[in-house]
Amino acid sequence: MEDLLREYLPILIFLGIAVGLGLVLILAAVIVAPKDADPEKLSAYECGFNAFDDARMKFDVRFYLVSILFIIFDLEIAFLFPWAVAFGDLSDVAFWSMMVFLTVLTLGFAYEWKKGAMEWE
Amino acid sequence: MSADLNIILPEIFLSIFAMLGLVVGAYGGKDKLAALFVWVTSAVLVATAAWIGFQGAGTGRAFGGMFVDDGFARFAKVTILLAGAAILLMSESYMARRDLLRFEYPLLIVLAIVGMMVMVSAGDLIALYMGLELQSLALYVVAALRRDSVKSTEAGLKYFVLGALSSGLLLYGASLVYGFAGTTLFAGIIEAAEGETPLGLLFGLAFICAGLAFKISAAPFHMWTPDVYEGSPTPVTAFFATAPKVAAMGLFARVVHDAFGGVIGDWQQILAVLSVASMFLGAIAAIGQTNIKRLMAYSSIAHMGYALMGLAAGTAQGVEAMLIYMAIYVTMNIGTFAFILSMEKDGAPVVEINALSLYSKREPMKALAMLVLLFSLAGVPPLVGFFAKYSVLLAAVDAGLAWLAILGVVASVIGAFYYLRIVYLMYFGADESELDTGGSGILWGFLIASAAAMVFGVVNLFGVEGAAAAAAAALVN
Repeated sequence: MEDLLREYLPILIFLGIAVGLGLVLILAAVIVAPKDADPEKLSAYECGFNAFDDARMKFDVRFYLVSILFIIFDLEIAFLFPWAVAFGDLSDVAFWSMMVFLTVLTLGFAYEWKKGAMEWE
Repeated sequence: MSADLNIILPEIFLSIFAMLGLVVGAYGGKDKLAALFVWVTSAVLVATAAWIGFQGAGTGRAFGGMFVDDGFARFAKVTILLAGAAILLMSESYMARRDLLRFEYPLLIVLAIVGMMVMVSAGDLIALYMGLELQSLALYVVAALRRDSVKSTEAGLKYFVLGALSSGLLLYGASLVYGFAGTTLFAGIIEAAEGETPLGLLFGLAFICAGLAFKISAAPFHMWTPDVYEGSPTPVTAFFATAPKVAAMGLFARVVHDAFGGVIGDWQQILAVLSVASMFLGAIAAIGQTNIKRLMAYSSIAHMGYALMGLAAGTAQGVEAMLIYMAIYVTMNIGTFAFILSMEKDGAPVVEINALSLYSKREPMKALAMLVLLFSLAGVPPLVGFFAKYSVLLAAVDAGLAWLAILGVVASVIGAFYYLRIVYLMYFGADESELDTGGSGILWGFLIASAAAMVFGVVNLFGVEGAAAAAAAALVN
């Protein structure tokens, strides 16, 4: 048990340093930085112009759709990589499992393509 | 391998059905096919229920014990499938008239049901989580089916956020259990819990219980229920109140008996507290409700309290009582929601309880059926609802939890008030109800059939008792 925990000691030290450094930087800003805020300093900085509109703007829902699509295929790659690397040693079950997975994913993809999830306008 | 696949054949069949349906729907007639899909899906669900029901006795384990097909799982699956089919049939006309009937709706219900079937068959923490998420993801979407309604999208979002929170709790517990037991298999966990149980395992157990309590909406993890029930389209609410509850209770029973059957004393206290809190919260908080969907939400919380009481007994008798309770609860709820779905004024849905005043003069038959169902929900003898409560109370007393049983009786007396208030309104209300008469024949049929079951089931409970006893014996040994 003791040996096992000792292996993790560097991580603990690293955590300590990370927390400590963060605290030091935040506290330094509070203690050292000058506190004479004027309106120019507080205003949003936009290349010398005054800010055009509010920073909280509506975000088109289609971006979410694209990002969800991205995540699905990202995960597919994450599954496929180890499978492809170890392809030579795989059993039939492993091969067909991946084929089933890809089929399910393709069906879903065909569905959302037809539904128009990929069309921007 | 093919033996493994044989055991999960019903689940594979339903999954393929749902995926083919999606493609056919998207490339075929789109929402014009929706009504057809609803009918076909109901037929498929009933056929699958018959298939599983007549499969014969015995226990099959697939994938090294990750998936268990025993009497308990089959009982829960048949209940879930039949409830799903009934709700689909009831939703068709309601959704079609409100332009909500998309072809994805029946398919999402099928996918949720596949998730539930995996849940009640889970023999491993991974399978448990996979089933739970498959169920939940489909349900989040159907909760928000009415996209242009603020309440429906709010319901979907709330359900999603709180569901994710509960999944997080459950996963945290599962990871603790895995860390201390060294395996995710229930069979391995029960061995690790033998002798001196590691403290971490009990911590994990508590977290898993909290996560599952969210899913069955037991107090104090119930807060999402009234809002989600109110916001979702009514047929979806009816679905939420039936099949997922059976699945989550089944999963709960499976986890506490299959994985933690050696430490009954430890989870018994958790379940007893959940049970008491749910029964009293459900009974008291429903009193102030005027919206019948919110009222049914609190009613379902209270009913989950009683079902948990059976589970808290920790005996085969308790599990049997819980299964009987759930089967009766589902039957009562299908009838009650058939009534709620038929509450309309000028074709628009009505959910205010006051709209029911003097309803008996307008529709004597429906009012009478609703009266029977409400009495049964309240647990008034000699209706079937009374025997449901009686069996869980008896199981609790036999397991030495007399105090729990007494509290249950007290809560049921308090709870009777709000059921009887609706009856009072229907028969002795102030002004004449202006609800539409007539309505869908399917809803009428389900309402009358459910009410009749509450009366005639008293004779022998339609043989549910024997099946439940066999199911409980398969789980607890």
